[in-house]
Parts: sequence; structure tokens; C-alpha cells
Amino acid sequence: MIKYLTKRLLFMALSLWLIITATFFFMRMAPGNPFTSEKKMPAAIEANLNAHYGLDQPWYVQYGEYLLRVVQWDFGPSFKYKSQTVNQLINEGFPVSFVLGLEAIFIALAIGVTLGVIAALRHNKWQDYLAMIVAVLGISVPSFIMAAFLQYIFAMKLGIFPVARWGTFMQSVLPAVALAAGPTAFIARLTRSSMLEVLSNDYIKTAKAKGISGFNITVKHAIRNAILPVVSYMGPLSAGIVTGSFVIEKIFGIPGLGSQFVKSINNRDYTAIMGVTVFYSIILLVSVLLVDLLYGLIDPRIKLSGGKKGA
Amino acid sequence: MQEISKDKFEIVGNSSIESEKISKASLSFWKDVFTRFKKNKLAVFGLVLLILLIAMAFVGPLLTPYNYYENDLTKTNQPPSAEHYFGTDELGRDMFERIWYGAKISLFIGIAAAFIDLVIGVIWGGIAGYKGGKTDEVMMRIADVLYGIPYLLLVILLMVVLGQGIWTMILAMSITGWINMARMVRGQVLSLKSQEYILASRTLGASVSRIMGKHLIPNAMGPILVTLTLTVPNAIFTEAFLSYLGLGLTPPLASWGTMANDGIGAMQYYPWRLFFPAMFICLTIFAFNVIGDGIRDALDPRLRK
Repeated sequence: MIKYLTKRLLFMALSLWLIITATFFFMRMAPGNPFTSEKKMPAAIEANLNAHYGLDQPWYVQYGEYLLRVVQWDFGPSFKYKSQTVNQLINEGFPVSFVLGLEAIFIALAIGVTLGVIAALRHNKWQDYLAMIVAVLGISVPSFIMAAFLQYIFAMKLGIFPVARWGTFMQSVLPAVALAAGPTAFIARLTRSSMLEVLSNDYIKTAKAKGISGFNITVKHAIRNAILPVVSYMGPLSAGIVTGSFVIEKIFGIPGLGSQFVKSINNRDYTAIMGVTVFYSIILLVSVLLVDLLYGLIDPRIKLSGGKKGA
Repeated sequence: MQEISKDKFEIVGNSSIESEKISKASLSFWKDVFTRFKKNKLAVFGLVLLILLIAMAFVGPLLTPYNYYENDLTKTNQPPSAEHYFGTDELGRDMFERIWYGAKISLFIGIAAAFIDLVIGVIWGGIAGYKGGKTDEVMMRIADVLYGIPYLLLVILLMVVLGQGIWTMILAMSITGWINMARMVRGQVLSLKSQEYILASRTLGASVSRIMGKHLIPNAMGPILVTLTLTVPNAIFTEAFLSYLGLGLTPPLASWGTMANDGIGAMQYYPWRLFFPAMFICLTIFAFNVIGDGIRDALDPRLRK
């Protein structure tokens, strides 16, 4: 277990280092410098600014300093908003995105698993076909289109939910649903196929033969085993939620980290892009690791490779 | 009740040669797959839809007298009518024309990205799987590390650095896009290479490239095809996503993504400007998804009746 964990952490560190290095050099290669704007800047001021941000140093000094700062959880200043640091940006935006993301994950899991279980229990009946057509459609609609349509129908035409902004629960419903739509569909398909496989097992037949009620068989015996692929999907799911939040937060005017990131991209705020990318990568790598560990805990049959005793 | 006498029956004989004769023409693997694919109504629907979409991408522009870049400022934001089937946009450009022009670009980006993924993935996965040992270890570790980088984040970064354009977009998508394909091909090659016919081929002195090209890759073609059909919608999706973030193509070039992005801003008053591009993005992704599912089901021996 410890051996496995060290190995995983090592690979995570390697991935992270690669990301930091890549973003650092990409941002240097990017056209223009951070202070490019419509107005021509006097050379003396530009030199001063460069000295202030350490941009007059050779690249390897800058690179080393950046690595050192990231290790200390300091992503440096924002180039566009002079008084703000990237850390402040993250501290302000992330809690909002986190709440929205959790809500979306909850919706995706609840609806996706339910749909999948119903489809599997009514295999090849109309409920199955209906659930699967809904799922294929859900996968086929990009989240920003889903968001725009939800906004158009439920906010503009029917007026049930607020159009945009953030603060109340009602305001979070539409963005969370839009964010959850794709993952819901994927989870439904995943659950259905693994439920179908589990239901054909002998121990389900045994349980039926013992006269256990259908509900108990489904909940206690089938779902427990069928849920495993869904758990392993949690890693990619959190990645999907993070990237989905870029567009969803922009559409609904939510002041989260996602919309901040998009703003940084459009402003070409290179330090902010770098910092937020590294931050997201850390979050995602950690969540993938957590899911893998959780997986070993939930299913005792799985022995994490590398460890002799397993998890 | 009528009496059935024995003389009403006649023995026609049953020669042992006759009964051993194969009456039905032998079914090749792909013919069998195709027959089963045809039974899947949703998949056939997807295929027809896709063929229609591709055909319209070429035929569509010929059906109207307009072109995709010409402004007509006297006719901006017109709703769909007999004159402009899908209405016009804020510069008075015909949406019908732009939709089919965008179809070509969106489909091209999707298919080109998928094709590059295919080539790199098959070569990388094939070599890793066939060579095994240290080579495999190193190659797959490289893939693992790259796989750890969130795909869309990297694509966004690359687009910021490389600048906007069709080719930079395809390049950005392919940099980590091939890993799925490589992993899948490696798995296939690993399980296939220990089979007897590969051993026979090797004994006869076939070169590695011949074994790969003639035996391993063709036998892994099914899963490769499935992965390929599921990569295309992903790429089209990514294109739309990037366009929405303002990292897509620059005007007057139009893809479905950029048109949907323009449409969202005008959604409240001119909903058709979002509706048409959005619908075609969804239809295309839907078509590729159901075709991919259909091929996968058709290839699955467990579903064979």
C-alpha cells in the first residue's frame, strides 16, 4: 500500500512538474509581452515593470523562482489587475465553483444511477429504450448549448428560475443541471451496462431463489456491485465538471474560478492563466488519486498493484 | 378424420454427402458485423443522418444564391423565411449558407483530429504492445504522464500560445488526444501477439512491420474503428467549446462552434441564430455516438444471436 502510494505520488509529481514546465514555457512563447496594450509604453516604465516582476532575469532564474513559488503555494501577481494576486483570484473564485461543482456531481450521480438502474431492470422494455435515448441525447448536447437552452426556456420564457447571477439556491439550479447533463447521461449508460452484467450473476439467482424481495435484491446485492465503474468514473467526472464550469459560469454570470479563468484567457493575463492551470491540475490529480484509493476501500477484491497486502 | 395411408409418402433418401454440404455461403467477419449493425435501427439512423449531413455540406451551398461571407446590412437578423431558409445573422449573412460552410469546417476538424490520433495511437500502441518489456514500460509511462494532464486545459493553453486557426486547433487536440487510442491498441496487440498465427508468421520470417500491418492491426480493427468514431464527436465538441471561449476560428471563417457562440449573445431576440448551429452540432455528435455504439455492439461476440 505504501509502496503503491509512493509510486502514485511520484507520478503525480512528474505530471505536475511537466504541466508547470509546459505552461511556463508556453506562456513565454506566447505572442506579446504582459504589458502590451493599445497605448505605447515609455521604455523606462517598461523596464521598471520588467524589473518589478523579475522579467529582466534570464529564463532559468525565472523558471527556478516560479517552481519554488509554486511549491510554496504562491502563484504570483496578476499582470492585468495590478493589485490582485493569483492566489486571491483562486481564493475568491474557487469556493463558488466548488459549491456549483458539488451540486452538479450530486445531480449527476443521483439521476444517472437511477436512470441506469431502471433501464437495466426493465431491459429491452420501453423504459430501457427511453432512458438510453435520453442518455445518448445528453451526451450529444454540449454543455454550453444545454445551458443556453435551459436559460432560454426556464428563465426567459417560463420565468421559473432566475436568468443568471449567483447567491441563492434557485440561482444555482439551472447552472448545476446544465453542468450535470453530460455526466448524468454517461453515468446512466455506465450503470446500465454494469447492472446488466451483475444481474446475470448466480448470486442474484440465489437471492431470488431464497425469496428475497426484488427491491432488496436490487439495492443490497445488485447496485452495490454495479456501482464500481461509476466510482472509477469519478476522476474523469471531476475533470469534466471543472472544464464544464468555464462555459457554464460564463453563461450564467457566476463569479467562480471558471469564469475568472476565461476572463484571464481573453485578457491574455499570462500569470493568471498559468496559476489557475496549475491549480486545476493539482485538484484533478489529487481527485483521481483519491478516487483510486476509495475504489480499493469499497471493493476489497481489488488489490492496488505494488502493495503485497492490498488496500 | 381422413385416413393417411403409407403410400402417400415417399422416401427421398438422405445421402451422407448431401447432409455435409454447406448450403449457405460463408459469411466473412465484416459481412457478419455489417448484418448485425443493420439490425440496430438507431445506428442505421445515425449513419443515414451522417451521410445526409456530409452530402449537404457539399450540396447545401449550391441551393441558395448567397455565399457565407457577403454582408447585406439591409437584411440583418431576419427570421427563417422562404428567402433565407435559416434566417440571417447580425451582418445579414445567410445562415443556411453559413451552416453548410461551417459543416465542412467542423467535420474537417473532427475527422482530421481523429485521423491524427489514429495514426499516432496505432503506431505508438502497436510498438509498445508488440515489443513489450522495457520499451513497453517506457512508452506507456510517457503516455501515463501525458494522460495525467487535463485534456481541455492543455488544449486551451496551446490555443492561447499557438494562436487561433484550423490547423493549430487540430494540432492542439492531437497532442494528448492519441493516448486513448494508443492504450487500446496496445491492449489489443498484447492479447493478439501470443496467438499461433503470429508465431507461424514469425517462423516464416515475416518482418515486424509485416506482422503489424498484415496481422495485428487488421485484427484489432474493430475496437480501433469504435474508438475512432467516438473520437470524432469529441473533437467536434472540443471545437465548439473552444469557439465558445473565444479561442476558435476568426471571422469570416465560420464553424458551428463560432456560430453557436455568436448566437448565444443574440438568443433572447433572435433565437434561430443559436438554434440552427446548436441543432447541427448536436445532430452530428449524436450520429457519431450512435454509429460508434452500433459498431461496438455489432462486434461484441456476446451479443451474437
